[in-house]
Amino acid sequence: MPDVTMTVNNDPVHGAVEGRTLLVEFLREHLRLTGTHLGCDTAQCGACVVHLDGEAVKACVVLALQCEGSTVTTIEGLADTDDRDGLHPMQAAFREYHGLQCGFCTSGMVMMGTDIARRLGEPDPATIREELKGNLCRCTGYHNIVRAIAAGAAAMADDPEDRPRA
Amino acid sequence: MREDAPVLHAGAPGNLAFRVRHTGGDAERAIARAEVVVRRRITNNRVAPVPMEGRAVLSEFDTASGRLLHHSSSQLPHVHVRSLAACLGFPLHKLRLVAPDIGGGFGAKLGFYAEDVLCALLAIRTGRPCACIEGRSEGFCSTTHGRDHVQYAELAARRDGTVTGLRVRLVADLGAYALGMGPGVPAVNAGLSVTGPYRIANVEAVVEGVHTNRTPTGPYRGAGHPEATFLIERMMDELARALRLDPVEVRRRNLVPASAMPHRLPTGLTLDSGDYAANLDAALALADYPGMRRHQAEARRDGRYLGIGVTIFSENSGAAPSMAMGAIGFRRAGHESARVVVHPDGRATVFSGGQSQGQGHATSLAQIAADGLGITPEDVEVVQGDTQAVPFGTGTYNSRTIAVGGSAVHTAARRIFVKVRRIAAYKLRRRVADLDYSAGVFRVRSATGTGSAAVSAVTHLVKRIEDRVKGVVFTRISGVSGLVSERGAGSVTFAEAAREAHLGHDVPLGMTPGLDETVFFDPKDMPFAYGTHISLVEVDPETGHVGLLRHVVVDDCGRIINPLLADGQVHGGAAQGIGQALLEEVTYGSAGEPLVDSLHSYAVPHATDLPDFETGHTTTPTALNPLGAKGVGEGATIGAAPAVVSAVLDALDPLGVTDIAMPLTPMRVWSAVDRASRREEPMERSTTDA
Repeated sequence: MPDVTMTVNNDPVHGAVEGRTLLVEFLREHLRLTGTHLGCDTAQCGACVVHLDGEAVKACVVLALQCEGSTVTTIEGLADTDDRDGLHPMQAAFREYHGLQCGFCTSGMVMMGTDIARRLGEPDPATIREELKGNLCRCTGYHNIVRAIAAGAAAMADDPEDRPRA
Repeated sequence: MREDAPVLHAGAPGNLAFRVRHTGGDAERAIARAEVVVRRRITNNRVAPVPMEGRAVLSEFDTASGRLLHHSSSQLPHVHVRSLAACLGFPLHKLRLVAPDIGGGFGAKLGFYAEDVLCALLAIRTGRPCACIEGRSEGFCSTTHGRDHVQYAELAARRDGTVTGLRVRLVADLGAYALGMGPGVPAVNAGLSVTGPYRIANVEAVVEGVHTNRTPTGPYRGAGHPEATFLIERMMDELARALRLDPVEVRRRNLVPASAMPHRLPTGLTLDSGDYAANLDAALALADYPGMRRHQAEARRDGRYLGIGVTIFSENSGAAPSMAMGAIGFRRAGHESARVVVHPDGRATVFSGGQSQGQGHATSLAQIAADGLGITPEDVEVVQGDTQAVPFGTGTYNSRTIAVGGSAVHTAARRIFVKVRRIAAYKLRRRVADLDYSAGVFRVRSATGTGSAAVSAVTHLVKRIEDRVKGVVFTRISGVSGLVSERGAGSVTFAEAAREAHLGHDVPLGMTPGLDETVFFDPKDMPFAYGTHISLVEVDPETGHVGLLRHVVVDDCGRIINPLLADGQVHGGAAQGIGQALLEEVTYGSAGEPLVDSLHSYAVPHATDLPDFETGHTTTPTALNPLGAKGVGEGATIGAAPAVVSAVLDALDPLGVTDIAMPLTPMRVWSAVDRASRREEPMERSTTDA
């Protein structure tokens, strides 16, 4: 079985995987990082969104072997645990604005939300909704998710570490 | 149901599983004598609950102890543990069911499924843990679906729009098996709810449950109320259309007035409380309904098709008196349990028989307990979903956990507070009436009048003398000297009193140590939550696309415990109602094969399909429980679908469209416009007798 090496949440990891092992399986089953969720089998729902080399991807349509030498961030690694109450501003915003109910889509929403903020700065609600086309939620009706992402983006814009890329 | 159709179950000839009839007054006579009768055939589409997390089971058997630890994504841990024990012949005192964080339920996880039994059986037989995690396509086939009615409705009225009678026949597709509460959804919930918030004296509702070779239907958010509400709201719109009256006015004329509450419906349920008219007015004001109509008229001059739909729903929530549950055949109790324990540091744990799948009970029940105990919510932990930690419970459905479970928490918390206060008074050598309590501290109240001050001082002196006497007697009997009683300088904290309760060193004579109360709240009846939905849409006749411009909700769930959580339920509920109205349908091919097996073929709403929701609340408490609370979890699903459909039909009225069956997909909307433009017969005929 081929070996794969990558950095996940700032830690170097490696494992023996099959060619067909998906990134989401590698994260959940090999690394026991179960914050990334599986909500469908057709790449519709977005519960599996992680950051791969700084960009949001659905981990269910990426092969583990494709990530050789790459940097992966999952929800577990999003927050800089040294400060901010242990929460990333996007996570804090989801709590403040009640942007989650059952929580199953939430890791994907937060990862997507941070990606939206990094790419677009502080987009308006209509743009946020467009950008969320790949993330489904059945509990919230999206109302508070949109508000949370807007607030999280504003908080990130204030933080030099999280400013959007040019 | 055709005579030549294959029969699926020997006990159900013609594939008819049941026929029930609910009547009140004389609907036949009312229809025969009516000035106006409106008749319609209405469909309510089969949908799937689609919680973002599918069903999951993990069963572990310990051969040494003979104990089975069964993890299951269940909305009803205590019901399902009984079902599991019965299916396996397994003793309940060795069986523990744990329902961990559940990623959404909406009724899909109320059923008891074969996978639970199979995993448990394999775990027992092999001694190895056995898990079954449902894939999405598996879920579309094997997890219960919702709704799926064909309905025939006749509404009788006077020319001024007052309704005199309603006769309906609901044909409900149960699917291949009568599973759990599935048949009760149309038979009981829908059948008894067809009059909605309206005063209709003559009612007949015949409900037929039919077997087909499809996935069984079960409770899905609203469970029968959406089907009934969609019917009566469509009929009210049709009545308004036939009489050329304003649809809001027709509704207003028929609402049960607040002065008539409590109001017994002709088919048996009792509306406990409610001011429907005030709620309607609040919604019309929040929406600026006249402004919407002006906007619509301006848009029509510009060749754009805007439409407005107004819906009022009323639903019985907070199931239910246990006696009633038993009588109907839901053999699963109607009470809800709460055990509240206060620890020696004054913090508390609530063990609730409810089961959150995202409703936030960890917050709302903590608030209720904290309020009852006089402590802060941060100092309360809520435990659910473990039959070992919570030995009794009924579960979460029909928007019952605050009204029923919360009432149990409240009562238990109050009992503990009364005990803690007695201990505090005892420690201070004061009467309970002499104490004030705030911010975690019991303080001796400063005297108000000389009379009460004197009584208080004398009582205090007497108690101190008692102290001395007790000390002397104790020393004499035991040979140990010094019963030292600690007395604060006029105050003692909740935590100190709680600690004392655990220690029992210095408590009133005869008081049992501990702070541990279990309460079962068994409701006397079911409170009716209600609300108004107003939908503003724009329809593009060339593409059939329906844009939701605004969606306004004013909900009344009685006393609101947590506004954020309540609004969250309204948002999410409305989204599911809108999904059924515009996007969602589980379809089958001509050979009965399922055509929906993934989110590719089933259109759960995306963020771009939904507007921001505008929400308001009216608050009419119920007398049926100590909180005054009604359910909030399902109302918005019930009210949203008919409002949106009504709005689309309002938009397309100038183009001659009179009806479109849900879901109002672009194809269906476009086809309806196309047919009307070629002046073809509409697919469903409506007849009005003048």
